[in-house]
Amino acid sequence: MQIRVTVNGRVYESDVEPRTLLVYYLREHLRLTGAHVGCDTTTCGACTVLLNGKAVKSCTVLAVQANGQEILTVEGLERDGELHPLQKAFWEEHALQCGYCTPGMIMTACELLERNPLPTEEEVRKGISGNVCRCTGYVNIVKAIQSAGRVLAAQKMDPHNQSEVVPSGN
Amino acid sequence: MAINQCELRPMGKSIHRKEDPRFIRGQGRYVDDIVLPNMLHMSIVRSPYAHARIKSINTDAAYQVPGVKLIITGEDLAKLKLAWIPTMAGDVQMVLAVGKVLYQYQEVAAVVAETRAAAVDAAQLVEVEYEALPVVVDPFRAIQPDAPVLRDDREKKSNHIWHWEAGDREKTEEIFKDAPVVVSQDVRFQRVHPSPLEPCGCIADYNKGTGKLTWYVTSQAPHAHRTVLAMVSGLPEHKIHVISPDVGGGFGNKVPVYPGYVCAIVASLQLGQPVKWIETRTENIASTGFARDYHMKAEIAADENGKVLALRVKTLADHGAFDAAADPTKFPAGLFSIVTGSYDFQQAFVEVDGVYTNKAPGGVAYRCSFRVTEAAYLIERTMDVLARKLNMDPADLRLRNFIKKEQFPYQSPTGWTYDSGDYEQTFKLALEKIGYQELRKEQAEKRARGELMGIGISTFTEVVGAGPSHSFDIMGIKMFDSAEIRVHPTGKVIARLGVRHQGQGHETTFAQIIAEELGLTTDDVLVEEGDTDTAPYGLGTYASRSTPTAGGAAALCARRIREKAKKIAAHLLEVGEEDVAWNGEAFQVKGLPSRKVTMGEVALAAYTNLPEGMEPGLEATYYYDPPNLTFPHGAYIAVVDIDKGTGAVKVRRFLAVDDCGNVINPMIVEGQVHGGLTEGFAIAFMQDIPFDEDGNCLAPNWMDYLVPTALDSPHWETDRTVTPSPHHPIGAKGVGESPNVGSPAAFVNAVVDALAPFGVEHIDMPIFPWKVWEILRKSGVTE
Repeated sequence: MQIRVTVNGRVYESDVEPRTLLVYYLREHLRLTGAHVGCDTTTCGACTVLLNGKAVKSCTVLAVQANGQEILTVEGLERDGELHPLQKAFWEEHALQCGYCTPGMIMTACELLERNPLPTEEEVRKGISGNVCRCTGYVNIVKAIQSAGRVLAAQKMDPHNQSEVVPSGN
Repeated sequence: MAINQCELRPMGKSIHRKEDPRFIRGQGRYVDDIVLPNMLHMSIVRSPYAHARIKSINTDAAYQVPGVKLIITGEDLAKLKLAWIPTMAGDVQMVLAVGKVLYQYQEVAAVVAETRAAAVDAAQLVEVEYEALPVVVDPFRAIQPDAPVLRDDREKKSNHIWHWEAGDREKTEEIFKDAPVVVSQDVRFQRVHPSPLEPCGCIADYNKGTGKLTWYVTSQAPHAHRTVLAMVSGLPEHKIHVISPDVGGGFGNKVPVYPGYVCAIVASLQLGQPVKWIETRTENIASTGFARDYHMKAEIAADENGKVLALRVKTLADHGAFDAAADPTKFPAGLFSIVTGSYDFQQAFVEVDGVYTNKAPGGVAYRCSFRVTEAAYLIERTMDVLARKLNMDPADLRLRNFIKKEQFPYQSPTGWTYDSGDYEQTFKLALEKIGYQELRKEQAEKRARGELMGIGISTFTEVVGAGPSHSFDIMGIKMFDSAEIRVHPTGKVIARLGVRHQGQGHETTFAQIIAEELGLTTDDVLVEEGDTDTAPYGLGTYASRSTPTAGGAAALCARRIREKAKKIAAHLLEVGEEDVAWNGEAFQVKGLPSRKVTMGEVALAAYTNLPEGMEPGLEATYYYDPPNLTFPHGAYIAVVDIDKGTGAVKVRRFLAVDDCGNVINPMIVEGQVHGGLTEGFAIAFMQDIPFDEDGNCLAPNWMDYLVPTALDSPHWETDRTVTPSPHHPIGAKGVGESPNVGSPAAFVNAVVDALAPFGVEHIDMPIFPWKVWEILRKSGVTE
């Protein structure tokens, strides 16, 4: 089937088998391998991307369902060579170890902060409860999301404020 | 963007990770991200039965699926003498079933096709006719004389695999005979699975022209895998190139060689095309290396004052259908005899019997140094049983029995020489920091009001860093590790090691070690692992061995570089070598700190301006065989509240005070502790792989095998003490597994403590809410 999808701002026209899952379309047709496959049961969230701004598990969406829609993946977060505040915060707060869950976790957080710019710890934990991380124990992921939320909120209040979260080190 | 990597003397600092920039951009390169030209895909046909004879396999319909290139069965592999392969534990295992299957989900055939979907479609059309055989699930049933013998390929016609013991049976018996107090507790450590987020997988790429096999595999031990492959397949070892790309978590799951790997390699050898095999989550849980499954009994003999005298342990180890445990070869029960823990027992005797059942094979070290988790859980659980019997506070009982600081190096009754430790200091810090006395008061008040609150303690000792080659080997290969450092003319460094990280942050921490030793910044040092064509030989990353072994090699290799550099520095400074001193950042003339040369200047001279007669270049390799293991320890305290209506346990607080010796990067150590505690929590409360009486695996996916989310996981508090290892080059001990080893007992002890008023002495893990609810219901607390 022919589909036309906008991914990270770029339009793609592709011929896909009707049963192709969105995650395999992104990974194998477009070679965007940031979204990972971890479970088969829509449990782990490693494949999370934004579909028209909503976080979805791309292992449970057919590529044909994305026809005419807009998708944002982790590869599309960087702007003009500048990391997204969530990417910076994950680095700064040591919110990743093996890195396999990271793209999905960041995309889920992206939508969460859109809905709730300054979430409490409990709200973050609930918000990312569809994403499994086997390495970090989540403490630093929660910290990173809250920290990025503060940066994004400050940027929204002052569009000229491009203050960065630069890891402060020791 | 370089951040905080421009500082000299990086040791002990929270340098942000060098590996993160690729992962946060989605640019990690895991095995399934790799696509090769003309690559084929493989899918595996698995047995629905736990024990059955294979009457026939019909592949006709499967071959009709467009794109199918090859279907391999056990008979095909038998012709190549590859139907069976050796396991690391000295057993053999089937690659594809020949004659019969021995567990559900066992590999029966492999289908190779042009697309992933075609391979899966065709696998479903492979027709296998089975004749069911009697199933043995319970290991206690397996060792009864009339139990069906599962492994008819073996000479020994019984399901008993091996008997192993440590310590002194007679002297232990003598103490038990006259002991004033004896407690006994049966403890099960359930079957769990490491379940890293990235399942196992590989691409085998055999090039007929060069005769070289390139094998991309998500491996914790690429060099060992290459050697095993060479031995099994007959391919020359120098023509096997193993590349372990970014690994999406391992936790012991990615140490063994699995049947799917062998099938992918055979298919690529036959077809001359790359063959990719990526397992599903179900395949991962149901067929690759499980962990634990120990049925243990511990007895402690003590005096009336709570001084422990002797420990006796008897264990039945369920290994499934093949003994595919990933232990050092001379240690069939791993390092389980560390079970005397942090306590000064006069005598101990430990025995373990391994048995076969109709379950998937394994026995891997899941975030654990070879059965140390089972040992730590058993002794910490049983110490609480003794405290209860003596009506003592479990904290007081521990303080009375710790091995004292001045007893190190300490000779344990089962033969270990503990390197260093200060158990009392670590435990007292934990008691003070969590406010132990206040918590006990609060608990007393709550009990009076009928509320359920528990406090659980675990003061464990680990043994990691295998290891000294006089004792530790895998299939004869000694368990040393290695580092190779190349300093280039502009003072930039590439370092390669024989281990393979899976999230532990070696690209950062090993850069810190090397930068510290060479007077450079971590930005100057690139660490590479996982490529057997470029990295020196090593046994891999598991059992918290990377820092004790390869970390030692990295430091000593850098010091070897510095020895040569010093000679070049003397030449540049125009003084004798004896007049040159290393000040931590540069070489200087003794007594004249202003006359100095940096490592960067020395590096350039090593290629441009050498002393007469000196060999050019600035490179070194170091193979480090540690003199002993290292013995990290910790004091963990859990505080739980139990909901009387539902039996749900809430972990209100958890404090982990770890002592892993000198710390390379505090941020990374804390991250390791957080992750390990979460896995320990999961094992205590969620993770379990049960089987029904027909051998059906009841938790072969993440809907039934429960892994914790952010909502389940408690908030962790951490702290540490530092008792350096006296024999390690930088005084470090390793930390990745301590929290997983030490924490399960703290959780269970806390729940049992909360339920003690109802006479509860023990609950087997995982502590699901229904188990607690049943206790409460039977006690009349809830309806």
